[in-house]
Amino acid sequence: MTVSVLAFAHLKTVLGAETVSVSLTDGATVRDLICHLQETCPELIQWMKSTRVAVNCEYVEPDAVLHDGDEVALIPPVSGG
Amino acid sequence: MAITVLIPSALQSYAGNQGEVQVSASTVGEALQALVEAYPDLRKHLYNEQGKLRSFVNVYLGDEDTRYLQGLDTPVKDGDTLMIVPSIAGGAPSVTEPSTDVALSNEEILRYSRHLILPDVAMEGQLKLKSAKVLCVGAGGLGAPLALYLAAAGVGTIGLVDFDVVDFTNLQRQVLYTTEDVGRPKLQVAKERLQAMNPNIEVRTYETRLTRENALEIFADYDIIVDGTDNFATRYLVNDACVLLGKPNVYGSIFRFEGQASVFWAKEGPCYRCLYPEPPPPGLVPSCAEGGVLGVLPGVIGTIQAMETIKLILGKGEPLIGRLLLFNALKMQFRELKLRKNPNCPICGEKPIIRELIDYEEFCGVRGVEETPAEVVEQITPTELKRRLDAGEDIFLLDVREPVEWQICRLEGAMLIPMNSVPARMHELDSAKEMVVYCRSGKRSAQIVAFLKAAGFRKVKNLQGGILQWSDEVDPTVPKY
Repeated sequence: MTVSVLAFAHLKTVLGAETVSVSLTDGATVRDLICHLQETCPELIQWMKSTRVAVNCEYVEPDAVLHDGDEVALIPPVSGG
Repeated sequence: MAITVLIPSALQSYAGNQGEVQVSASTVGEALQALVEAYPDLRKHLYNEQGKLRSFVNVYLGDEDTRYLQGLDTPVKDGDTLMIVPSIAGGAPSVTEPSTDVALSNEEILRYSRHLILPDVAMEGQLKLKSAKVLCVGAGGLGAPLALYLAAAGVGTIGLVDFDVVDFTNLQRQVLYTTEDVGRPKLQVAKERLQAMNPNIEVRTYETRLTRENALEIFADYDIIVDGTDNFATRYLVNDACVLLGKPNVYGSIFRFEGQASVFWAKEGPCYRCLYPEPPPPGLVPSCAEGGVLGVLPGVIGTIQAMETIKLILGKGEPLIGRLLLFNALKMQFRELKLRKNPNCPICGEKPIIRELIDYEEFCGVRGVEETPAEVVEQITPTELKRRLDAGEDIFLLDVREPVEWQICRLEGAMLIPMNSVPARMHELDSAKEMVVYCRSGKRSAQIVAFLKAAGFRKVKNLQGGILQWSDEVDPTVPKY
């Protein structure tokens, strides 16, 4: 299956793109996706502890199972004011 | 006859924390009377001083609005269910009840005419605005448009917390301040400007850094707190103080072309810690000063915060409770994410472990971050560097800023390798040659000097104070930014 990953705020720079398409085995979870992304982009590791993940506009926990076509948003905190 | 009355979550704390109450009645009016007799704390939320049902309290019999049946005289029969719906479904109760001694002058009636003829504001709403007390934490990019609109709308008491003076770099987005205000305390200027805009309101200023020592005392007197700060430590402090005091926190935050807004109100929904339980490692998320920000962006997010604040005061519409609004200016796109209250939230969860304010600088790991290696590594002052370059010494200048900064200004003869690329491009540097590394302020370059020293470069120094100090000491034609 394929999911599309949307990077918000500074994670665009970290991942080098605003949208990334990722192929995963069926039954993969959010955690599997993050591990995959961190392998290809180690800089992401330090961000993930404070970054929230939403699937199809709803926040999810790492063990949520992904489905083909899901839109996964990575939303790091921002502090500007 | 047994009637079930469904109590909205916003009012359950006044009804023994129950979602439904059984009463005996033969009309809607009798049922409500029986309800407030059983739970007297509910009375003032349902009825006004004249004993009339408040205009924002709607009562449904089944799925019918009783206003369109026979109102309070609508008969009910055994087993019927009445539902109390404050304002629009999903809306929150109004935060502010108008004080009984508040009235509008003729000048105010003219000033607020466009509100007064608006059915969802009208006289009742305008008096709520006048009775309301709103605290804006931060008088910067978000705080400026926020305070201007709250003042214009007639919010009776506006508190401002900030300790900065107006800087030239603020003027691109902080629309409260003008060029001639540069160097003045922000709150002094803000108070003048807001009072000039609307002399009917009271502006209270707190020229101090918000801390765990003063936050609860400052917040206590306000109905709504609006978070327009620029750092994580203060954001967690604002959140925790609001949760402990049971007050709504109207949140906004910005980065480059993107913004976030929500209403965190632990009584009604999630708090900031439910969204982000842990702060990011210090220094990871760039601030506006480090990452840049489009000037209009805080205007958009700050006015969203002003709008949410006013809706909470009026008790109208659906506030951003339990929803995170994400704005992308480049795409001109709003997205909305549903947020849930985290049952394990350390402050608003079922078993809270944070019961008082904590040390937020320690929590965010920012204590001691100021002590970057700038003082530790070997430095050279701009004056000394200039003297040695003029004397014809062969010194290699390494600029470790970003390309966008290089476009603004640079030192003559320098080579650009942005900080993050230095490790990969180290082979381009000659370790035998004397080298001076510089950036804007001397902080990033100090890190690179430390890195290069560790890699075996012996003749490398940091330019003290960077471009900023060079402009001050050596060449004022080099612009500061």
